Amino acid sequence: MSNSQALKKSVLWDWLTTVDHKKIGIMYLVAGAFFFVLGGLEAMIIRAQLMFPELNIVSAQAFNELITMHGTTMIFLAAMPLLFGFMNFIVPLQIGARDVAFPFLNSLGFWLFLFGGILLNLSWFFGGAPDAGWTAYVPLSSAEYAGTGLDYYVLGLQISGAGTLIGGINFLVTIITMRAPGMTMMKMPLFTWSSFVSSALILFAFPALTVGLFLLMFERLFGANYFIVEAGGNVVIWQHLFWIFGHPEVYILILPAFGIFSEVLSTFSKKRLFGYSAMVFATLIIGFLGFMVWAHHMFTVGMGPVANAIFAVATMAIAVPTGIKIFNWLFTLWGGRIKFTTANLFALGFIPSFVLGGVTGVMLATSAANYQFHDTYFVVAHFHYVIIGGVVFGLFAGTFYWWPKIFGYMLNETLGKWFFWLFFIGFHLTFFVQHFLGLMGMPRRVASYLDGQGLNDLNFISTIGAFFMAVAFVILLVNIFVARNDKAVADPWDGRTLEWATPTPVPEYNFAQTPVARELDALWYEKMQGNKKLPVAEPLGEIHMPNGSILPIIMSLGLFIASFGFIYATYWVSVIGLGLTLGCMVVRSVKEDHGYHIPVEEIKQDKEVG
Amino acid sequence: MKQLGKLLPLTAIIFLLTGCGELNLTALDPQGPVAQMQLSLIKLSLYIMIIVIVVVFAIFAYVLWRYREKPGDTHIPKQVEGSKTLEIIWTTIPVLLLIVLAVPNVMDTFTLANVEADENSITVKVTAHQFWWEFEYPDHNVIAGQDMYIPTDTKIIVQLEASDVMHSFWVPALAGKQDNVPGITNEMWLEAEHPGVYKGKCTELCGEGHWLMDFRVIAVEPDKFDKWATNMGEPEQEPATQLAETGREVFQASCIACHAVGGVGGNPVAGGPDLTNFGEREVIAGFLEFNDENLEKWLRYPAETKPGNTMPAFNHLDDSEMEALIEYMKGLKVLD
Amino acid sequence: MGHAQHNTDTLPPNPEKATLEGRNKFLAFWFFLGGETVLFASLFGTYLGLRNGTAGGPTAAEIFDLFLVFIMTTILLTSSLTSVFAMLAMKKGNFKQMLVWMWVTVGLGVAFLGLEIYEFYVYVGYGLTFTTSAFGSAFYTLVGFHGAHVAFGIGWIVTLLIRYRKSGLTLTNAPKFYLASLYWHFIDVVWVFIFTVVYLMGIGG
Repeated sequence: MSNSQALKKSVLWDWLTTVDHKKIGIMYLVAGAFFFVLGGLEAMIIRAQLMFPELNIVSAQAFNELITMHGTTMIFLAAMPLLFGFMNFIVPLQIGARDVAFPFLNSLGFWLFLFGGILLNLSWFFGGAPDAGWTAYVPLSSAEYAGTGLDYYVLGLQISGAGTLIGGINFLVTIITMRAPGMTMMKMPLFTWSSFVSSALILFAFPALTVGLFLLMFERLFGANYFIVEAGGNVVIWQHLFWIFGHPEVYILILPAFGIFSEVLSTFSKKRLFGYSAMVFATLIIGFLGFMVWAHHMFTVGMGPVANAIFAVATMAIAVPTGIKIFNWLFTLWGGRIKFTTANLFALGFIPSFVLGGVTGVMLATSAANYQFHDTYFVVAHFHYVIIGGVVFGLFAGTFYWWPKIFGYMLNETLGKWFFWLFFIGFHLTFFVQHFLGLMGMPRRVASYLDGQGLNDLNFISTIGAFFMAVAFVILLVNIFVARNDKAVADPWDGRTLEWATPTPVPEYNFAQTPVARELDALWYEKMQGNKKLPVAEPLGEIHMPNGSILPIIMSLGLFIASFGFIYATYWVSVIGLGLTLGCMVVRSVKEDHGYHIPVEEIKQDKEVG
Repeated sequence: MKQLGKLLPLTAIIFLLTGCGELNLTALDPQGPVAQMQLSLIKLSLYIMIIVIVVVFAIFAYVLWRYREKPGDTHIPKQVEGSKTLEIIWTTIPVLLLIVLAVPNVMDTFTLANVEADENSITVKVTAHQFWWEFEYPDHNVIAGQDMYIPTDTKIIVQLEASDVMHSFWVPALAGKQDNVPGITNEMWLEAEHPGVYKGKCTELCGEGHWLMDFRVIAVEPDKFDKWATNMGEPEQEPATQLAETGREVFQASCIACHAVGGVGGNPVAGGPDLTNFGEREVIAGFLEFNDENLEKWLRYPAETKPGNTMPAFNHLDDSEMEALIEYMKGLKVLD
Repeated sequence: MGHAQHNTDTLPPNPEKATLEGRNKFLAFWFFLGGETVLFASLFGTYLGLRNGTAGGPTAAEIFDLFLVFIMTTILLTSSLTSVFAMLAMKKGNFKQMLVWMWVTVGLGVAFLGLEIYEFYVYVGYGLTFTTSAFGSAFYTLVGFHGAHVAFGIGWIVTLLIRYRKSGLTLTNAPKFYLASLYWHFIDVVWVFIFTVVYLMGIGG
């Protein structure tokens, strides 16, 4: 098939079948933003209910469903895909590649995530959402105590988790084998590095969740007994499996955000990253230690003082590489020329916010004191400080930073600054007081609280802060809409890394000729050498591209259909669904697809237009 | 942002010093050695962390002020690669700070895990149910519901179990929490220095009634505790009034299958709390102020009053039966 | 990259890794096996935590038939060897011989799977089902996951064998056969652990 043929297809068909990492990246961003709004609305209902004592805006049952879905949605369906969106769009550009290693699998990963997310959220309409918390501790999540919502949870997360795993492997291989000539591992931009480590964590963490979800599914649907005490089961096994996945998961989220901050701070202080190799090693150490500390979520479950002490000390150790990163960022700024763009405001705002989240992390790691903190609003405050102050700030910094490259226009800076300040103030207002609520005796996941316990004022403040954040987010949406005619140039921020060397909009083959990276911050290096263009590794020639495919969406749909068969015990539906998926796998395996080539004339034409 | 950032730790200290929150609920005003130890550790960790915060925020504020882009400035800053010395400094100092915190933490972790009995200590077996608490005193052969009576200045060894889902036993003013896990017995200890009523809560999401799964730890002088324990083990006393006698008949007909009084009745599998000393409760169902209206509301509409609980409704009782039942229940006391 | 239909004579010495696509697949597959290792480690951990949770039902020592399992182990280990022969044949460029060895591998895999089903059937006869106890659930889950991997491997290899029965060795199909054989080794290694952890430790108490 030639390229001209591809152009004839409808726009919709093109997006459904695309294997282009940039389009998949945009789909991740759009879907992730949708779920982010959904999770945000759930959060607003939660805070509204807790604004005053003993409110009954929603029932306790509905509240439990809301907190479960808020957590699950934000982690799995918002934060992960939004980061995957940036990783997809940016990493191949940063390493000077034409695509990822497995374009087909990339598309499959996206559709699996999307169908998993939709499946999970359909639970709202079919008998109620899961209500056992995003951690789904047994026995509360077992068949005896929880309804079909938990079946949707188990299967929805299983499907979207498979997509994430595929994505992780894809990025690992892409970053290892697809780098442009000259770009050694130690010349890679930090965002690529952190995406790499994050992908490795996905690879080794998600299978534990896969097993956990399978066990819960088999128990709920097929009568297995892993967690049924009367039948010799053990409920703590679920917690271990969940946190062996769950703790690395928070590093999976935060490391790419760290990468974004590294890019943004470096760009807007016009300095190379201070202590690049220390930053890389700190990232690796954090990734490694991330697997050694899962049980600090379980200090109160009765593991005994030896285990508690070991996991406490191991957890504290993570503060060291994290501290190294904070100081290196500070010294990146030191001596620079700091420009306060919205992207940079988020990166700068991240530093104090995340430090606060980090120090409460160390406090929580103190096992003997953790018995007071555990499962209270102190913990709620802590993880929102690291996840919003870290991950969400990172996503917003990345949004303002890469928006011109991804969507071709500049977001408005005035509205951007309003957005930042409202969000920043609202965020601290919401969550800072929650530390005290926890210590004053407010457990987490309470549907309300009794009057007369001294908890009213701080809860009220917290809810006001949440409204600030909601207003701020609306300003972002307005910004996206009103700024759409402000066309962006290819390199609006005087960038340092290879993505800014591509034209905007980025052609589907990214680089007409594969570039050579001669130094860290390859583009900046050439600029400083007085070169207008990057050196190239090859003469202009025809470019081989992979064909699009509809199979990923059908495969994901198959699993989606099969899930309904499992949930409602109509196994012929499951057989059809699984058959569809396996059938597509066979088709994919049997049908050799060698892609197509873009002729030189077309590339030349693009270059003239660009 | 800078100012706000600087204010944060300051507010933290103010809050801590004033010991905010309701007395006998907050963990910031400990009423026993366990909570005291934990608060000391929290303070130690907070002080160490404030050192970190101050250093980072100071550098941060200085850098932002000193190196902000000034109008017309177009110079290219020197591209500094890094500094080995600095890297070593900001690796070593945090390690030292963490050791200062880790050592007492490890010691405290072992101290808190020491549930060995001493000559005075008593053991309380706490079984958590959706959504109420059962306290068994094996040494005294007593079972109580909702209110956990303990003697002051005595090491209380708490054994935690759960009958359905996971729960968690937390009395912030006396001790941090441990989980009630089905199939496992966890142990912790606590001690109250002064007589008083300390609020306890379930801190592990356990269903609809989770937020109302409160209980009380009532610390009394050892003499009074002995009296309580002895009387709890005795058979029920004859009701004082005729009305209460009638109420007792209603109770025998309607309630005793699930709720024991004076060692009679109840159901260890599907039953509810022991009501031997019900008349001495501060609250009904763990949270309702103790008065006649609330008791009647609870008996007539339990599902609406505390969603998710398994008590059947007794709305079919007529007003005179209800009045008698309430009179009887109010008279269930062991400490008079 | 992958251009179809190379003559066997012109193929490079390591056809499975000759193209970027092949190298990518090779690397990705190793990563995938890394993830699979965590998956099985989690299942092993669960099994070890629950193997004494028999709740009055049959225990491991009471029912395990070590002789049968030993035969199964021998068969699976042999199938690993035959897949090595297949890969040696591929490297020599002898496509026909490779196909034959792969078919032998598949045949041994089917025999293993048949015996495993028979084994389960025997245990169910002793009263140990998936829902009898936590031990039963954990046992059938761990061993069953492995069995499902074997079944998937058989399906995969048979698909390749049928698809490429006449094509000769190409730069496109060489990586596919190579990865399938790698996968086969992996499930073999997992079985060695199952044999040790589940059966030998089960018999020994």
